[in-house]
Amino acid sequence: MSKKFLIPIGPYHPLQEEPELFKLYCEGEIVKDIKWETGYNHRGIEKLSESKTYDQVFFLVERICGICSTSHPFAFANAVEEICRIEVPDRAKYIRSIIGELERIHSHLLWVGLAGHFLGYNTVFMWAWKYREPVLDLFEMITGNRNSYAMFKVGGVRRDIEAAKIPAIRKVLAEVKKKTDLLTGAVMDDPVIHARTKGVGILTKQDILDFGAVGPTARASGVAIDVRKDDPYAAYPLVNWKVITAEEGDVFAKAKVRLLEMYESVSIIEQCLDGLLKEKEGDIAVKVKNIPEGMGTGRAEAPRGEVFHCVFSDGSNSPARHKIRAPSYVNIATFKKSCIGQSISDATISLAAVDPCYCCTERLAVAYDAGTGGKIMSGAEILKASADKTREIMSKLK
Amino acid sequence: MTTEAIIRELKERFGPEITDTVKRNEKRYVVSINPGSLLKVAEYLYQEAGCRFIIASALHTKRGFEIHYHFSKDETGLILNIHVVLSHEKPQIESLSNMFNASNWIEREMHELFGIDFLNHPNQEKLISEGNWAEGVYPYRKDFNKS
Amino acid sequence: MFHFGGASCNNCDIEILDCLTPRYDLERFGILLVGSIRHADVLLVNGSINMRDRDRLIEIYNQAPKPILVVAIGACGCTGGIFAEGNTFAGPVDKIIPVDAYIPGCPPKPEAIIAGLVKLVKSK
Repeated sequence: MSKKFLIPIGPYHPLQEEPELFKLYCEGEIVKDIKWETGYNHRGIEKLSESKTYDQVFFLVERICGICSTSHPFAFANAVEEICRIEVPDRAKYIRSIIGELERIHSHLLWVGLAGHFLGYNTVFMWAWKYREPVLDLFEMITGNRNSYAMFKVGGVRRDIEAAKIPAIRKVLAEVKKKTDLLTGAVMDDPVIHARTKGVGILTKQDILDFGAVGPTARASGVAIDVRKDDPYAAYPLVNWKVITAEEGDVFAKAKVRLLEMYESVSIIEQCLDGLLKEKEGDIAVKVKNIPEGMGTGRAEAPRGEVFHCVFSDGSNSPARHKIRAPSYVNIATFKKSCIGQSISDATISLAAVDPCYCCTERLAVAYDAGTGGKIMSGAEILKASADKTREIMSKLK
Repeated sequence: MTTEAIIRELKERFGPEITDTVKRNEKRYVVSINPGSLLKVAEYLYQEAGCRFIIASALHTKRGFEIHYHFSKDETGLILNIHVVLSHEKPQIESLSNMFNASNWIEREMHELFGIDFLNHPNQEKLISEGNWAEGVYPYRKDFNKS
Repeated sequence: MFHFGGASCNNCDIEILDCLTPRYDLERFGILLVGSIRHADVLLVNGSINMRDRDRLIEIYNQAPKPILVVAIGACGCTGGIFAEGNTFAGPVDKIIPVDAYIPGCPPKPEAIIAGLVKLVKSK
């Protein structure tokens, strides 16, 4: 005879910065069903886009999500350039990829920090976010802002990366590599993390295909999809790198994929910097007079997976219709598969493992299930349950 | 399976249902079909041709309610748009969400934004509109009467 | 401080969290982020509040022990920013609840957030 608990997580929960309401329906300790509500983050961006000029849309889509801020302009630029049937100069390609990969690094570091926090490892949180700072400083040096870089425009990029800046970039990359070694060692070899993340939140290959999940979430389940390889854009076909995958599909696999991807990102940036030195400074954009009528589909590999933009142009200065799909839109839905059957304390890390970016999804799902009653745990209590489980495992392993 | 093979197979199997095919380049195709054959075409793409459902884009034009279902063949980089046009008065089409989960949310969203009815959708409930706009209001519909 | 994020892009949320990390370390000034509004003296609000958030924001404000200082963070918090013309916009924050301080930026750097908060705390 186990009690049913209704445990709301959110909407304004320290676990998650964005408003979202997940309701876990539990029997005893096990999650039986999940309902979620959305709508708290909807800003009407697709419609807003129709009232902006193409130049202005870049600033708009950058702010769909702060963490994968560059991926949206990236995909949008790819879509519009498809309509115009133009190719950007090689120098612009290198710069675009550099910004994209720097973003991947800072985003994955952010995730590692948050995952540590959800497990109760607050030191990991502090370290990871501290190591992020030099990357944000780089962004500020190159683009003028720590987030929302305004680097993209139709036909190329808006700012150059001069040769004088390159040594500073290489220096930070060397540091990132060292810190990634540290974090990877800490995560991969820690028996407590193994206990908390192996076999937890599993998504099978079939789950991935069924939900159309993308990014590290998919790659960790053996589905080797990556827009940079499948539908190459910018400088990715010009440099050597590999797609990182894992087979187990659990939280550990997802963490492993993200950590190893950081090394690939460092390597890509290094090669792009070499490429920049070979290209003429200043040749960073082709002139675009107007956008012809037509339709373009552009995509980019954001840290969370494939970002997809579909732009319909009627020949005027604004998009006639702009469809945006962020990776979290398909990834979050997998929560239903990965969390059901888990314990409450594992639900948080299973959720975090897909690296949900709710603002990308533009909505929070809240599902109300009437008439369950029973004890309700607060958000802080759920976080505490997760941290308690970690402590329990730690003490057993001593 | 190559892109050419998929396009060829589509034409062979669904020839009479295809109203137009546009090739923008090697990796971008738009195939317009009769709305009634959506399920069969999607089934072929998902189960046999190994395509992944990316998302669907709906738009309200003078022709009616148009939906582009975007499928990706990751092995070749192909984005294949299956395009349908639904009537102004009663836009409805079969839901894909009994075949796979990937379309569940977007169909609910298109329903809220445009008022398109997805027949036999497993749970065509509100996704984003609760508290943000009233029932029966479809904020992304355009008003063509003014022209 | 209790943090309420409305319909935002997360940049401000991340920069606020950044203030707690070793480089900025807000705790030096005796400022802590708490999990419940009932333990807070300051309410940080960011994001371009949409219609759905608005009711929640009012609820949170009502639950807050008075007196409470409200800080609107970021371009969205101050004016609605780039989302002010959106079809679900219900803000900005000062249309919904009284605001004591504004920290603009998109996003404001942690230094700016800290400077703003310290200025506010000193002035009260």
